[in-house]
Amino acid sequence: MPDSFWQWVVFILNEYGGLFLTGLKNTMMIAVLSTVFGFLIGLLVASLRSIKVSRHEGAVKRICAKLLDILLAVYVEVFRGTPMIVQAMVIYYGLFRNVDIGKMTAAVFIVSINTGSYMAEIIRGGILSVDKSQEEGAYSIGMTHSQALRYVILPQAIRNVMPSIGNEFVVNIKDSSVLSVISVFELFFAGKSASGTYLRYFEVNFIIAVIYLIVTYTVTRGMRLIEKRLEGPGVVTITGSQSDSRSVITVRED
Amino acid sequence: MAEEKILELSHISKSFGDSVILKDISFDVEKGGVISIIGSSGSGKSTLLRCINRLEEIDGGEILFRGSPIPVSGKALSRYRAKVVMVFQQFNLFNNMDLLTNCSIGAVKVLGISEADARRTAMENLEKVGMAPFARYRPANISGGQKQRAAIARALTMSPDVLLFDEPTSALDPQMVGEVLSVMKDLADSGLTMIVVTHEMAFARDVSDEVIFMDGGVIEEAGSPHKIFSDPEKERTREFLSRFLNG
Ligand SMILES: Nc1ncnc2c1ncn2[C@@H]1O[C@H](COP(=O)(O)OP(=O)(O)O)[C@@H](O)[C@H]1O
Ligand SMILES: [Mg+2]
Repeated sequence: MPDSFWQWVVFILNEYGGLFLTGLKNTMMIAVLSTVFGFLIGLLVASLRSIKVSRHEGAVKRICAKLLDILLAVYVEVFRGTPMIVQAMVIYYGLFRNVDIGKMTAAVFIVSINTGSYMAEIIRGGILSVDKSQEEGAYSIGMTHSQALRYVILPQAIRNVMPSIGNEFVVNIKDSSVLSVISVFELFFAGKSASGTYLRYFEVNFIIAVIYLIVTYTVTRGMRLIEKRLEGPGVVTITGSQSDSRSVITVRED
Repeated sequence: MAEEKILELSHISKSFGDSVILKDISFDVEKGGVISIIGSSGSGKSTLLRCINRLEEIDGGEILFRGSPIPVSGKALSRYRAKVVMVFQQFNLFNNMDLLTNCSIGAVKVLGISEADARRTAMENLEKVGMAPFARYRPANISGGQKQRAAIARALTMSPDVLLFDEPTSALDPQMVGEVLSVMKDLADSGLTMIVVTHEMAFARDVSDEVIFMDGGVIEEAGSPHKIFSDPEKERTREFLSRFLNG
């Protein structure tokens, strides 16, 4: 038996390296798919919520629009206002009680709608960050609201909030670990399985932490590079604060 | 010769909350006519143009376009706006596209013209305003005067019946005012119908067929440029002009 910390680390890596890789693969799959789906959900929700129904429309249309807006607001608030670990339990043991959709699909579903609620607010912020002159320029030549959104506002809005969108991806890599409560075989769960046999919780989780760190660091650096491409030099993005891991500050040097 | 009326405004009123911005505004716009609107800042000139382009709703009165009330929503409103296009003080070019796309996108998406035709027309209009060499530039990389000329080309690519200019030179450095005014003068000479809100008194005097002086949300005085500038009836008009011409 190994008798020092590092011997244990090597031992566990030999024994469970493959397991960790499978966990990592699943973690990344969940994070990538959920970020993409979450982005699409956010795009849709933010776009729908940006519609202002004119008072010249019929009453039915106006009431439907109002109801839809309330529904979307509730969705955003509920999923931002409750922990994802609880959402996972409620959805998996409630919504999917009688449906066997598979653990990975359930995982992607849960993280996607969770991410969607954050993305909706991020993109809404992005839309608000685009100068009103852009919207009016579009209207003034006859574009409809959806044309103005699609061709003029959203491209600029998304670009403005790219750092926050990237940050959501990093958050998803880490936070998908809560899916272990429904036994999804992601990286943290792989660690949990591995620590059981020899009861080496510290060594195993040390390894798991290092893997998370390597992946998130690589992704963050990669995104900074892309951002620099998009924005040119002089833009610094700081993500995460002590009180809110999702906060993003972008500093632009002039 | 019977004049063809393109726009007829009768008794327009408009308030924001409790403050009345426009009161009982009436005038007609004839085909090929150039109307200049002058008046001090805050007199409601921009609001009036925005009501005509229907970026703002009017509270009372009526605006007729070719004899029918202007549409209030939907596709009909889109088509109307494409006919009565606005040029803004701050240009309002789309920052995420080059100038050529800025000009062509409305023709493609609103008028349903093919991409190739729209780009050809856009290029012709950029040519007309002297901006063809910059077709591939984005708005961020050109000067204010160039932006405004490109914005005019964008408006022209909609093949509008009327162009609305809201102080098109007020945001420009002095040395760029001339290039924009000369483009506008060419358009006026070519017979385009225009309503121009401006502080450029020489332009109002030399290019327009009619000058409207607005004060406190009402039309204080309207008439031929000669009458307004040489022989104004109202004291307020005289005050405004003397402030402008001497100050
Ligand atoms: N969206 C708005 N809400 C409230 N007040 C407004 C709005 N737009 C313009 N106003 C007010 O209407 C008045 C006329 O404005 P405006 O039409 O821009 O005048 P001008 O173009 O002649 O300078 C101003 O007092 C302005 O503050
Ligand atoms: Mg104004």
